[in-house]
Amino acid sequence: MLKTKKSESTKAKTPKTEPKKENAKQESKIKELQTTRERKTVIMQGNEAVAYGALDAGVNFFAGYPITPSTEVAEILAAELPKRGGVFVQMEDEIASICAITGASLAGAKSLTATSGPGFSLMQEGIGFAKITETPCVVVNVQRLGPSTGMPTSPAQGDIMQAKWGSHGDSPSIVLYPDSVKEAYELTIRAVNLSEKYRTCVILLMDEVIGHMRESVRLPDMANVRVINRIKPTVPPHWYKHYDENQKYLSPLASYGEGYRFHVTGLTHDAHGFPTNKSSEGGEMMDRLRKKISYNIRDLVQIESHQMDDAKIAIFTAGITARAAKAAIAMARYEGIKVGLLRPLTIWPFPDDAVRKMLRNVDTVIVPELNQGQLIHEIRRLTKDKSDGDVIAIQRVNGQLITPNDILRKIKEAC
Amino acid sequence: MANIPQKVVHQYLRHDKKFPHVWCAGCSNGIVLGAIIRALASMNLNRDDVVMVSGIGCSSRMPVYIDLNTLHTLHGRAIAFATGVKLHKPHMKVIVITGDGDCTAIGGNHLIHAARRNIDLTVILVNNNIYGMTGGQCSPTTPHDAIATTAPYGNIEPDFNICNLALGAGASFVARTTAFHVIEMQNYFQSAMEHPGFSLIEVVSACPVIFGRLNKKGGAPQMMKEFRDNSIPITAVEKLPPEKVVGKIQRGILRQEIRPEYCNAYAELSARVQEKEGK
Repeated sequence: MLKTKKSESTKAKTPKTEPKKENAKQESKIKELQTTRERKTVIMQGNEAVAYGALDAGVNFFAGYPITPSTEVAEILAAELPKRGGVFVQMEDEIASICAITGASLAGAKSLTATSGPGFSLMQEGIGFAKITETPCVVVNVQRLGPSTGMPTSPAQGDIMQAKWGSHGDSPSIVLYPDSVKEAYELTIRAVNLSEKYRTCVILLMDEVIGHMRESVRLPDMANVRVINRIKPTVPPHWYKHYDENQKYLSPLASYGEGYRFHVTGLTHDAHGFPTNKSSEGGEMMDRLRKKISYNIRDLVQIESHQMDDAKIAIFTAGITARAAKAAIAMARYEGIKVGLLRPLTIWPFPDDAVRKMLRNVDTVIVPELNQGQLIHEIRRLTKDKSDGDVIAIQRVNGQLITPNDILRKIKEAC
Repeated sequence: MANIPQKVVHQYLRHDKKFPHVWCAGCSNGIVLGAIIRALASMNLNRDDVVMVSGIGCSSRMPVYIDLNTLHTLHGRAIAFATGVKLHKPHMKVIVITGDGDCTAIGGNHLIHAARRNIDLTVILVNNNIYGMTGGQCSPTTPHDAIATTAPYGNIEPDFNICNLALGAGASFVARTTAFHVIEMQNYFQSAMEHPGFSLIEVVSACPVIFGRLNKKGGAPQMMKEFRDNSIPITAVEKLPPEKVVGKIQRGILRQEIRPEYCNAYAELSARVQEKEGK
């Protein structure tokens, strides 16, 4: 049930599968670029890690619009994608960006865009389109503080619920959340892989400080990078169903130009993709979107458990705040306080079972987050047996981080 | 399988799946669809390599009926989706079907930037002067003083000249015709699809059930007659005295010029960068 980030990258065996290219020369060129890139330890910022993660995952189409604090992703891909035969295009706005990556994905590309709060809000309708049409793509949201323009260069974790419910019409989401530069690289690859496997728009939430923080990382050799590509149909065109009722709802996906001539619509559709107003078919489609996620939850959930074995106090948090929590735990353990950390790498779908199980033996849960209370509601939902005072919030929304000392203070109060 | 009539149009329709269609009696959308099919057939294109993308609206329901690679997208965003498809598979022929509201109100931004980039899309804009699907609201091309459900006392806004908008944004092929001039329409579609760059064809069309009724235009035949009698070829404009040109629909190819196309420019850039890297 519990997977750590490690299990993902060590599992890797298959060498990189290339995106399809007409030109064989170009293909060998890409391979050469990817295998010869020096994999020594480098200093890298989170946004850079996202860009290289995307390239290593096989992303060959990026459409985006400049926005702080995510712009470096676009800048790096603008330089790198043309070298590798991929496409970089700067669109006229974020709406056009999400639409362009969805269109490219339907034509067979592995596509990604990166943005921040205001752009993420603009993209919501397009994210819903990618979900209902089950088109793989990845949206990276490097979060900033506040509604509207807010504080563009300050960290916040305010888009946790938006990443889940931002698009109208009640559809489940897959959202990943890294806590370091290294993990930004790994989870970008995982986001692309999951989008291809589950045929949906996967969201990678980043903290501004992770996007801009430089850390020393050693990226894995390409042979150790596990890349998943969408399943291609093997049936003749007249048998092809764009939304096949395959086992576990993971159905093959044809691309435009391969002879399948399928129809894609944002309207409620039947298994072939044609619009329908029948309640039976509409209900089936909605079920399918939900079950695709809920039936595969064990594959989707990743959670890190840190010093939880004997813990009486648990800290539950994601992203950069978990780094502060780890420092606080080290200080508290030094003083003999039994405290541990639970950190979801996949925040949606929420790791209900794992969290419930791991919080069974703790007395108190502390939930620090850079917002006015989002993850804490999930914890309250799962810890009905605990009194209100046993679930403690630390919330900050002024552009400053929650420090290890802030958390340590709460740990001591809870003792 | 049912006996399929062997007219060219029938060979391209998804006859066993999606009929009857959603359009009202007298609507021009079927005429436009027929002209597109005849243009495609006369070009002898492999239809696996043709994508039809649309937004939201009456005309945007067209892709579901035609047996091509089809993509029915979000309101106003057809051109943005089409840009993604075209850039990833530049060898494919990408046709965008859109309407006046879809393309010049909510999607105006995408229209002008695609025209500026000169990306090789063929945009067929069916202009019926109104939002038909939602029941007759005012659009950017609803004429001044015309009635719409959201302009019950007459429209006080000036209307867009779509072709001038496209010309101003840098489109390299711009044409205007009406739903009455079917052969002309088909020829323009074909020229636009053969044109290497961004092309836009405005088809002035009839919405007798909503626009026609609200504005007392008579039925579909009367509206078609109006297109016939109230339009002039642009070649004739210069020869006529100005008073005979006022208020007429000017039909014809307004621009057809070759300038660098976006996908080609990108491919050249990519090749240049790769060559430099290889050294």
